[in-house]
Order: sequence, then C-alpha cells, then structure tokens
Amino acid sequence: MVIVHSLQCLTAPIQLRILTSVEFVSINTTMFHNTVDKGEVPKMAAKKDKQFDPVKTLQEIEDKFEMVQILNEEGEIVNKDMDPNMSDEDLVELMTRMVYTRILDQRSISLNRQGRLGFYAPTAGQEASQIASHFALEKEDFILPGYRDVPQMIWHGLPLSMAFLWSRGHYKGGAIPEGVNVFPPQIIIGAQYIQAAGIALGFQKRGTKAVAMTYTGDGGTSQGDFYEGINFAGAYRSPAIFVIQNNQYAISTPRDVQTAGKTLAQKGVSAGIPSILVDGMDPLAVYAATKDARERAVNGEGPTLIETFCYRYGPHTMAGDDPTRYRTSETDSEWEKRDPLLRFRKYLEAKGIWNEEQEEKVIERATEDIREAIKEADAAPKQKVSDFINIMYKGELPYNLKEQLEIYTDKESK
Amino acid sequence: MAQMTMIQAINDAMKTELKNDENVLVFGEDVGNNGGVFRATEGLQKEFGEERVFDTPLGESGIGGLAIGLSLTGFRPVMEIQFFGFVYEVMDSISGQLARMQFRSGGKYNGPVTIRSPFGGGVATPEMHADSLEGLMAAQPGLTVVIPSTPYDAKGLLISAIRDENPVVYLEHMKLYRSFRQEVPEEEYTIPLGKADVKREGTDLSIFAYGAMVHESLKAAEELEKEGHSVEVVDLRTVQPLDIEAIIASVEKTNRAIVVQEAQKQAGIAANVVAEITERAILSLEAPVLRVTAPDTIYPFAQGENAWLPNAKDIMETAKKVLTF
Ligand SMILES: Cc1ncc(C[n+]2csc(CCOP(=O)(O)OP(=O)(O)O)c2C)c(N)n1
Ligand SMILES: [Mg+2]
Repeated sequence: MVIVHSLQCLTAPIQLRILTSVEFVSINTTMFHNTVDKGEVPKMAAKKDKQFDPVKTLQEIEDKFEMVQILNEEGEIVNKDMDPNMSDEDLVELMTRMVYTRILDQRSISLNRQGRLGFYAPTAGQEASQIASHFALEKEDFILPGYRDVPQMIWHGLPLSMAFLWSRGHYKGGAIPEGVNVFPPQIIIGAQYIQAAGIALGFQKRGTKAVAMTYTGDGGTSQGDFYEGINFAGAYRSPAIFVIQNNQYAISTPRDVQTAGKTLAQKGVSAGIPSILVDGMDPLAVYAATKDARERAVNGEGPTLIETFCYRYGPHTMAGDDPTRYRTSETDSEWEKRDPLLRFRKYLEAKGIWNEEQEEKVIERATEDIREAIKEADAAPKQKVSDFINIMYKGELPYNLKEQLEIYTDKESK
Repeated sequence: MAQMTMIQAINDAMKTELKNDENVLVFGEDVGNNGGVFRATEGLQKEFGEERVFDTPLGESGIGGLAIGLSLTGFRPVMEIQFFGFVYEVMDSISGQLARMQFRSGGKYNGPVTIRSPFGGGVATPEMHADSLEGLMAAQPGLTVVIPSTPYDAKGLLISAIRDENPVVYLEHMKLYRSFRQEVPEEEYTIPLGKADVKREGTDLSIFAYGAMVHESLKAAEELEKEGHSVEVVDLRTVQPLDIEAIIASVEKTNRAIVVQEAQKQAGIAANVVAEITERAILSLEAPVLRVTAPDTIYPFAQGENAWLPNAKDIMETAKKVLTF
C-alpha cells in the first residue's frame, strides 16, 4: 500500500508511512518541513477507506465561509451575539460619517463632470465597507489605501483639500501632513498589501500597539502581491488587517472570473490567518469584524483577512467606464435595496437617535466643507517642472537634475 | 480604404490575425466583453468567441506566465497589459523568462508572443499610466520593441508583430489613439519590423523621433521650413532594433541631427541613437547631435504634465542650436 521514493523517505520518513495519495505526499512534505524543527508532525487523519478526500475538504472549508450579518436590510439586529453594542454617540458618529461620505461622492462626481476634479473612483454603496472598517481603528494605526479609499484617509485626518489636489494631479495632494498615518492612494493594485505587512512588522519590532490596515478589491485578490502580503504578515504574525472590498467587479470583470474559490475570504486559510466574510453593506458587521481583528492584532495574535461583500453603484472611475456594458440595472436596484445608509438610518431612527433634521445638518456641513476645500485646492500654486525636480531626492541633486533645474527655472521666470 | 483612428487600426489588425491564424489568442484584463478600457479589442470576443478572446484574472505576472505557457503549446498569444506602467508587475515574465526562452532552450522554444500596451502622456491619467518605459524593454536583449505613430503604421506593424517568431513589445501612445484618422486599407498588409520611415523629407537637419513625438517633430519641421530650414523627420517605428541604415543614410544626407523622445533623458531610446550616429557617422556631422527629452524626474502628476512633456517649441529651440552651430 505504501509506495514512496527512497529520497522522500529520507526527508520525511515518519510522515510518508501513512500516506496513500500522491497529491498528499507533496502537500504534506512541505508541512513537515515547516514543523520539523519542533519535531512535530501534522495530526494524522483517522483511518478511513479514503483517508483524505481533497474535493470534500475544499467543499467543507468553503461551506464554512458563510456571510456574517448583524443588521439586516430592514435595520433589525439579526445576530445579537455578535452585536458590537456601540454607544449611541458612536452610532451617530458612524452614521454622520457615512452620510458625509455619500455627499462627498455625489459632489466629487459632479465636480469631475464639470472638469473641476481629476481622477475619481466613486464610492457610493461601499460606505459600510470603508467607513465602518475605518471606525474600528485608532489614530496611531496606519492605512494603506487603494485609489477608491480616499474617504478612509479623510476620516483618518487627511484634509479634504489635499484629497482634491491628489485627484487633480497636484504634487501637494500627496504631501501627507505630520501625524496623519496614511500612505497616498495606491494605483498599483496589490502593492499596498505587501507594504502593509512591512508596516505591521515595523510596529511589531518597535513594540507599537497599532495595526497596519490595507484595502484592495475583489480583482486585487488575484495579484501575486495579495498572496505575498497576507502570507508574510501571517508568517511573522504581524499586526495587519487586510480588507477585501468585494464589490463584485474589477472594472468590467465579474468576480467569477477572478478565482474558482467560492469566497475570497477563504484565501486567508492558505496563509494560515483568521479570515471572515461579512455583509459589506452592514456597518455593524464590518465594524465588529474589524474591531475583533484589531484587538487580536494588537494583542500579538497576528493578521486577519476580512472580505466585505458589497457593491459600487457608480462607474469604475469617471474616466469613461460604462457599467451598462457589464451589468444590468436590475442588479443595481437589487443592491440599492441593501444600502448601508438606508438600513443604518432605520436602525438609528428606531432607537430614536437619528432624524431627518440631523441628516440635513450633516449634508449641509459636508456641502460647505467641500466648497471650502475646493477653494483651497484652487488656490494651490501652479505646478512647475522645477517643483518636480526639487522633490526628486532628499539632499543634493545629481548633476543632470542640477543642470535641468537651472534650465527650467530660467524658462519659468520668463 | 477606410478612414481609421489608430485604435480602430489596432483593432483591425487583431481581427485580421484572429481570422488568419487559429492559434492567435487575445487576452488581458477587461479585453473580452468590455472590449478593453480603450475599446482596442471591441467586438473581438463576439466575433471570435470566449475561447480565443478572453478576460484574465487581475494579475500582470499571471498574464505574462499564461502567454509563455500558451506559446509552449503552440499558440500565438497577444497579451494586453492594461497600462504599461504596470509592466513592473510582469518584468520577470517578459525580461526574465520570455526574452530568454529561445536562448536557453537551444532554439526549441521561441516565444512568439505579442505584448500590447497603452502608454504616453498628455491625457491626464493617474500615476503609473503614462510613463515611457520603452527604454527598459529595449535594454533587454531578446525583445523587439515597436511604437507606431500613425493608424496606417499601427495596423501593418501589429500584424507583423503577431506574425513574428520572437517576442515583440508593441506600445500604443494613448494620445494618438483617437487624435486623427488616416486612410487605412481594409485588407491585410504588413510593415516590416525594424524599419524606420521618413515622414518628411529634408536636407538641412534630421530629426529622429517615435510615438507622439513624431507629430511634435513634424510641427516643428513645418515652422522651421517657414524660417528657411529644410528638415527631415524620421519616425523610428521600431525602437529596438534600430534601423541603422535609415538613420545613417539620413545623417549622411543632412549632416546634422537631433533625437526626440517623450521619455526622460536618462530613459528612452535617444541615447542609443546618438551613440550609433557618433560611432558610425561622426565624420559626416557638422554639429553635435543633441537630444530633446523630458527632464529626469518621475513622470509628473496630471496637472503638471504639459509643462513637463517635450513639445514642438522645445524641438525648434534645439533644432536651431544644431542648425546654427
Ligand atoms: C497592477 C495593476 N493592474 C491593473 C490596474 C488597472 N486597474 C485599475 S482598477 C482595476 C480593477 C480593480 O478591481 P478591484 O480590485 O475589484 O477593485 P475596485 O476597483 O472594484 O474597487 C484595474 C484592472 C492597476 N491599477 N494596477
Ligand atoms: Mg471590485
């Protein structure tokens, strides 16, 4: 029954004695190497006719990744055990931020259409995924956002005017103020995931009680960098939180095309890190999952992967994407019924802590802030080539740039 | 003949080769149903089916690896990198693997892969979309690098690239996608790789350029004509390998040359052209060969790009220096 190569026998003799399938040999020899230092071997499967059924095992793992919901579409708590029991004050603040962010999205879209904003990736529909996950963080935590995650940066302290300058393509938009722990939005999908592992390791080495928080989309989970990020953080048990905002599409490419996996959260299993799938339109579920992840992270228990199942109502970006080419308006309206603001409003109103008047005030404040921030952004000095040259290096410029600085400074003075 | 934009000509070239050779496959991010973010592959999935024109998961390294593997099973992959700034994600597949395949397999595996990708400034993209990274590719022995500047060239060169037995990097300047139309034959034709094209004849100065800078050079040449200078504009079209014969012939005719590239001075192709001219034709020169390039910074943020990009005025200034040397 047991047929193994002599060479394999040499490297993993104990393990191989009980194996019957070739596939299992290769899987388990690597596991064996991981644990050989401690002299441990993986737990043996109980003797059965078929010792290991890879198809069934996959199915069992996938079935375990059920979606966690706490607040349903009607604004009712459906999962009392997991209710994070936020204070009224926090509930109101979270609602305020979500409403504010929705307005910011609407205004950004119209400013873009008027040519008063540059690159913009719409956020409506993703408020629970973005704002409620951020709400579980502390000021000292570090955020590595993707291009759609500008709202989290703003709630972490980035001035609105800088977000606008970044969108317009002005270098001052990336000059993050002291004390605001964010990186400029990442354009290269996946890069933020490995960098998060690096920041988390840095915190760990310095003994800082903080987490690195990073975001990508459903598409982003196909990048090699995604796997390397969660794996590295897992290997060092570093304090990182990896969020996948699964809004169902990567530009036009549907989620099904990305992977054979039934969920994206289950990818964390392969890296050996706790992973969870939550209703990404449910602010309480997102908040509870992130809060839990943060607590474990700062307690030295390593990273977590969170998939938030959500939707973007708008186009991919404002640069010519046409969603009608890849999804239907029926799907759009199905998702709009699950809207995070709608259900949170119902929940808060039933508690008697939110009303129309309050919401109006938030809308007014947001509108006013945006108007002011645009004015500030308008006042930013026009960028010159000499500015670009001056921000290239810390310290002295190399000869070529010194020369070019002179040429451009001269040109610009005319 | 039909009037086509460059993007239509590119689409037409792929259609032609999908029809001609059942081994041709087109794939990349959003190239299927969506027809690509610029619509370069519009209609191709509908016409040739999902087996031959398909979306990939989001991962450039994966796309490059797929192309290599598919070429090893007899296919002729045309892979798209959605924007060339993302090439860093697939550098190993391209430079580390594909370019070496023929060499390390004793000639058994040649890798007839075409890598298509948009690049180029002036269209207000976010970071890492507009960078001119052709120099990176040209520095890798084993790769051919093509950059068309007109719809007519785009079609003929892309058909040649797809038919070529070696890996070809085919870069499409975004600003040229829809900037003008040109007569393009509906039937198939090829333009040989490695051949430059004289876009304007002249006797006093040669301007060597490629991509969008061909058009800036033509504008400059027209202005210089008004001032009495006869300027030749040579479109390199293939930037690796260079068309040495055409370059030297032009220099020997005009005795003066400048090289224009959108890339930074330390990047791009211009330095290669200057080196070839000085090695081969220094005795024909009446003036030093100068370059017109972008400055050596990171590609700038959108609002600042127009001041940064080289333009016809910069070309004229440098041209005059060389003309009056
Ligand atoms: C490395 C890299 N490849 C490709 C792109 C182009 N691109 C920008 S967004 C996008 C889709 C991303 O989808 P997803 O990860 O689901 O995030 P979403 O935009 O839906 O939030 C693609 C392919 C990129 N920015 N970076
Ligand atoms: Mg997505």
